[in-house]
Amino acid sequence: MRHARALATARETGIFLAFVLVLVVTTTKNPAFLFSNDGFRDLLLTPATLILIAVGEAIVIITRNVDLSVGSTIGLTAYLTGYLFKTAPDIPWPVVILISILFGGLLGLVNGALVAFAKVPSLVITLGTLYAFRGINVLWTGSNRINASDMPRGFLALGTAKLWVIPVIAIIAAVVLIAAAWYLRNTRGGRELYAIGSDPDAANLYGLRVTRRILLAFITSGALAGLAGVLYTARYGTVDSQAGYGLELQAVGAAVIGGVAIFGGSGSVWGAAIGAVLLVTINRALPVLGIQDFWQQAVVGLLIIAAIILDRVLALRTAKRLTVLTGEQA
Amino acid sequence: MSPAPAAATPAHALELRKVVKTFGAVVALRSGTLALDNGSIHALVGENGAGKSTLVKIIAGLYQPDSGEFLLNGEPASFSSTAQAKAAGIAVIYQEPTLFPDLTVTENIFMGRQPLRSLGRIDRKAMHSEAIALFDRLGVKINPDRPARGLSIADQQIIEIAKAISLDARVLIMDEPTAALSGVEVDRLFAVARSLRDEGRALLFISHRFDEVFALCDVVTVMRDGSYISTEKIADTDVDTIVRQMVGRDVSELFPKQETTVGEVLLDVQGLSTAGVFQDISFQVRAGEIVGLAGLVGAGRSEVARAVFGVDRYDSGTVIVQGRRVPGHDPAAAMRAGLGLVPEDRRKQGLVIGTSVARNLTLAIRNQLSRAGIITDRAENAASRIWASRLEVKSAALDTEVGTFSGGNQQKVVLAKWLATEPKVLIVDEPTRGIDVGTKAEVHRLLSQLAGEGIGILMISSELPEVLGMADRVLVMREGRITAAIERKDATAETVMYAATHGGHDGSAKGGAAA
Repeated sequence: MRHARALATARETGIFLAFVLVLVVTTTKNPAFLFSNDGFRDLLLTPATLILIAVGEAIVIITRNVDLSVGSTIGLTAYLTGYLFKTAPDIPWPVVILISILFGGLLGLVNGALVAFAKVPSLVITLGTLYAFRGINVLWTGSNRINASDMPRGFLALGTAKLWVIPVIAIIAAVVLIAAAWYLRNTRGGRELYAIGSDPDAANLYGLRVTRRILLAFITSGALAGLAGVLYTARYGTVDSQAGYGLELQAVGAAVIGGVAIFGGSGSVWGAAIGAVLLVTINRALPVLGIQDFWQQAVVGLLIIAAIILDRVLALRTAKRLTVLTGEQA
Repeated sequence: MSPAPAAATPAHALELRKVVKTFGAVVALRSGTLALDNGSIHALVGENGAGKSTLVKIIAGLYQPDSGEFLLNGEPASFSSTAQAKAAGIAVIYQEPTLFPDLTVTENIFMGRQPLRSLGRIDRKAMHSEAIALFDRLGVKINPDRPARGLSIADQQIIEIAKAISLDARVLIMDEPTAALSGVEVDRLFAVARSLRDEGRALLFISHRFDEVFALCDVVTVMRDGSYISTEKIADTDVDTIVRQMVGRDVSELFPKQETTVGEVLLDVQGLSTAGVFQDISFQVRAGEIVGLAGLVGAGRSEVARAVFGVDRYDSGTVIVQGRRVPGHDPAAAMRAGLGLVPEDRRKQGLVIGTSVARNLTLAIRNQLSRAGIITDRAENAASRIWASRLEVKSAALDTEVGTFSGGNQQKVVLAKWLATEPKVLIVDEPTRGIDVGTKAEVHRLLSQLAGEGIGILMISSELPEVLGMADRVLVMREGRITAAIERKDATAETVMYAATHGGHDGSAKGGAAA
């Protein structure tokens, strides 16, 4: 009973219902959107990359920071993955995956160290690395392109493989999501991330290891972007210098739509993941519904603004309720 | 000096000897000496700026001393972080509550040391029931599942105390924990403090209220200007001696209310109501009058002040200043009409922490100062210098960052800011909360002087002596209603407290008033 009520009032439920609405309306118009093999596969497969980086982004935003460099991190790690296959074909492909994830984590460490030690706002730092990482990427790649023929078959199979009817990539995203949600909810480290975002000064007074936690949040975000870069390569089988371009704003958008407060301290990775699914599905649904291309971005923008207004209204309502409660208590 | 030890004296639970702390050229602590014993409550008193807070921050591991000795159970100790001090069994309840607004009350208590199950999972059930047990022990009703956001300062303090108790700290430092508590809550806190002492813990209690120091503590240490002055058993000393040691002079007049002639009605509030907060509030403030607004914490006094000034909306009623109606929910209009509000929470509502004294002083008169929309430093400094000197704000330079000031000096800056707007009616909310005796008297003298100049003053205060000493008339609120209006000659601690706890309407009282 208590659980049912908590579920009904959870911020994530609203977003999920919005997703269901989009799905039902679109499927009514064109049943193949859900009930064809391709339709069902795409529904699960296309949001996977965005889910991964939205989870990382949510973790960073919860600590009252932001990571704008994830798109560029995907670009670098995706190219690194292809580059290793091409130049060092002897390395087994699972090791290549591991190297790319670690490299993503290293890029995250660069962000985190600059934020935590240099005490510069993360918005500025990661805006810088957004351009710096992409610049390095373009320098390194030039006009080269790595193609499917350069990559081992086992690795490429990852992009299309299914477990029963579910794409393996979607399963990977789901596993990461569940692990992150579990960590944030059930461990001291996870709760401390919320505490730090809620009031950084108080966190210092409590003796929480603020610097270390913020470093870890950025490393996680970078590593998840690294994993997303690997899966991008596996799925599309071709990489140039523009992989992941612009995804950072989609990640931030997904987190905000999913109810992660932009000033930190509240929200969940579930919300961010559902936000990611909603964003991607809307983008796919609009053409089916016959809405012109250039409306799509406007719809995403409206969604973000609606989410923020909803949060504000809910916060005011809670504040009012709490005031009345306190009044009765006195 | 102390009685010669008969046998080997057990080591002090915590001892500081001649500890020095400087910040650049500023000496915050000249010579800090303090010895806390197990099973004893030790009071630390001194004016603001005497170095008490610095001393506490050194004990808490927030600051590292420049020189001097720091012993814990006779062993040298040095903390480079608050976590180390905590691990050594030292808990500090700070003056300014430090809670995480987005997290629940329970999480706030246990943050960083939640009880764990297998796999490093937090044991939510254990945490929840422990929180309930803690609140039972403190005798308070706070929903452990609600977020900390929106809690009153009194409740936040209670949570701080619960946190320290749950730490099972051997040394418990309370930096003015009672500043925002009502009488009942203070009694409860004292009962808990005594039981902690009887368990053999060492407590340090910092307070500006001497009645509390004498009611609760066993030993008292006095500090002045960053230096240790004396340590004496409470039984061997008295208030006059301590005050003399604190200020280095006699404080004869604590509440210097001047007699004034009361003039025309300046502020007329009629039937002000906001559902669930306060009902049917009507009162008048006349020129030259100080009206005290008394009541327990949570009675709705600050809320009334905020509504009158237009910060919060109200459902019905009117606010009239000098015969003209002031529109609701419009602080700018209230200021134009001649109202000023000195809020309760200086740091959050009264000052722009992080900017200079001059900037803060001129904040409310920026429109007057600007020429074609531009304010020069010179205009700002010239305007603020007048007020800074009149209020004797101790500041080497007007460009000092206001957050570095002691509480007393911050309060003077807030007062000066409003006086610069030349208000007709000044609402002051807890004007001397957390302020030392010397500065307190200055604030009182200033308020009295302002009333003498014909300003009407509405003074919200939880300190009864202050209300009784300063106010020409005392309004008492209880549960959102005004339950009594008492003239100065009839106002005693008993009449005011009775109205604050029993008076007026009787919705759900347990039939206590009749007896």
